[in-house]
Amino acid sequence: MSTHAWINLAYLVAAMLFIVAFKLMTGPRTATRGNFLGAAGMAIALAAACFEQPVTESLAAHGAWPLVLLGIAAVIGSAIGGVMAVKYPMTGMPQMVALLNGFGGAASALVAGAELWNMTASAAHGDATRAALAHGELAPWTQFIIATALTGLIGAVTFWGSLVAFAKLEELPRFKKAWTDPVRHWVNLGLAGLTAALGIGLCVFPASNLLFWALVIAASALGCTLTLPIGGADMPVVICLLNSYSGLAAAAAGFVIDNSVLVIAGSLVGASGLILTAIMCQAMNRSLVGVLFGGLGTTTAANADDVYAGKVKSASAEEIAMVLEGAQRVVIVPGYGLAVAQAQHAVRELASALEKRGATVEYAIHPVAGRMPGHMNVLLAEADIPYEKLREMDDINPTFPETDVAIVVGANDVVNPAARTDPKSPIAGMPILDVDKARTVVVVKRSLSPGFAGIPNPLFAADNTLMYFADGKKAILDLTAALEKG
Amino acid sequence: MVVITVMPLLAEAVAAEDPAGRFIRLLTVFLLAMWVGFEVITKVPQRLHTPLTSGSNAVSGITAVGAIVATGALATRFGSLLGFLAVVLAMINVVGGFVVTHRMLGMFNPKKK
Repeated sequence: MSTHAWINLAYLVAAMLFIVAFKLMTGPRTATRGNFLGAAGMAIALAAACFEQPVTESLAAHGAWPLVLLGIAAVIGSAIGGVMAVKYPMTGMPQMVALLNGFGGAASALVAGAELWNMTASAAHGDATRAALAHGELAPWTQFIIATALTGLIGAVTFWGSLVAFAKLEELPRFKKAWTDPVRHWVNLGLAGLTAALGIGLCVFPASNLLFWALVIAASALGCTLTLPIGGADMPVVICLLNSYSGLAAAAAGFVIDNSVLVIAGSLVGASGLILTAIMCQAMNRSLVGVLFGGLGTTTAANADDVYAGKVKSASAEEIAMVLEGAQRVVIVPGYGLAVAQAQHAVRELASALEKRGATVEYAIHPVAGRMPGHMNVLLAEADIPYEKLREMDDINPTFPETDVAIVVGANDVVNPAARTDPKSPIAGMPILDVDKARTVVVVKRSLSPGFAGIPNPLFAADNTLMYFADGKKAILDLTAALEKG
Repeated sequence: MVVITVMPLLAEAVAAEDPAGRFIRLLTVFLLAMWVGFEVITKVPQRLHTPLTSGSNAVSGITAVGAIVATGALATRFGSLLGFLAVVLAMINVVGGFVVTHRMLGMFNPKKK
């Protein structure tokens, strides 16, 4: 068997390992094994790449140089990636994932740029290209150049979109407010048109590196202007979409270099990101187009004063502790506020105190709670809360009528009953956690300020609701202390 | 399912094709892999969506294969420089993605005491 065949066999094994890795992602225990298999697949593919003909030829011509260069690059990249992965706090996972998405996209765009440069710069290839063009034999080039243009486009959009998403998630001051000026639609349209024109131009003049880099620059600007208008709470959708793009960029790069393992791995990731995007949109009852271009628009919801006037009951830690003392079943509903306040460990202690008194405690997780899919699960898992106690929305909703106390920590819109009751509400029809059906609802929140939808929440004014105004972490610690005293 | 996806890969080792045939083969691989992806990933529970995102992230670092070839070939200086940067970025993606996924999944599994 030729070396080429062996390399392809190695790629084949890697591709199968990736598929198995995704398949094992159904439970936490098997997922750990899956992750190892995925990493093994990657190691095999990368090792095989070092035996590709261009590399071995260059090894013969230049000695060990290419390997030294590759070694240095791999060590730098692995060191940065490893340190990031170990040091980044769990609350910062959305940012870290955003950054990694961006790097993947950028790498694919650079691969396409390097391939185009190498193809056109070497005299032999340049002549071959010109000859092919002269004879109208464009076939081998058509795939290459279209794929190159697509890779540059998707890669650049992914990279800059991810950087903006990162800045928003880190809440850097300049990026705190979404860009809502209506002119953004024209800017986006203009940039999209320019990018398309440059892409077509590159296909007509396939040997033009200049056009490629102009395309990359235009796509970079487009990546920024597409992401800047998107608000913080829509971040789960953006993260999923960028994740999908980084995969599609890799798949497109596979078409550039004629490599099936890139196409397979890239499309797996692309599919995964698209599914998550769809799930997130569904959980917010919004269309993808609405998230990307809509902004939130004006609300027709009830006035906050009418909803809250005189009906909001604020309670002290002692009063709430008294309610909790008699509770048999308690459900904790975490939201982004829990992540901000880093209250996950405090919540665990409260749950332990309640369990010591004989109550059962479970956690209700809304699909879009937090800033990325599954965000809350990771935070609660970090605080050693057993996986089995984290319940998904459809699973736990029927149990709220039998729940004595529901404790809402830093969540707002995902527990707003207006989604069920008020057809005119901007969130009408959005699936929510039915906490209002619990006997008593305790809402831990800093103020009555609205959530991302910008609307008042009738839950806060309901008869069975007690508001506890405080920072999430401090509030939970005080509740625990009051409970243990009493 | 796995077998269907990898068939075209095997075919690649057997015969050299004309460019159009090669494109069709890659397109086949692309569409089948997308389909396999949809089938497999819809079964991942919501609780594991964050590790799924970071894990799939690591897999998208596969573009490092292309970067390695572009760098290692040392065909042109500029091409190798771009390849070098691509290897660095892709390796951040690969190592960062797999390690952070492992760290996260470790938290989901009850610790031995």
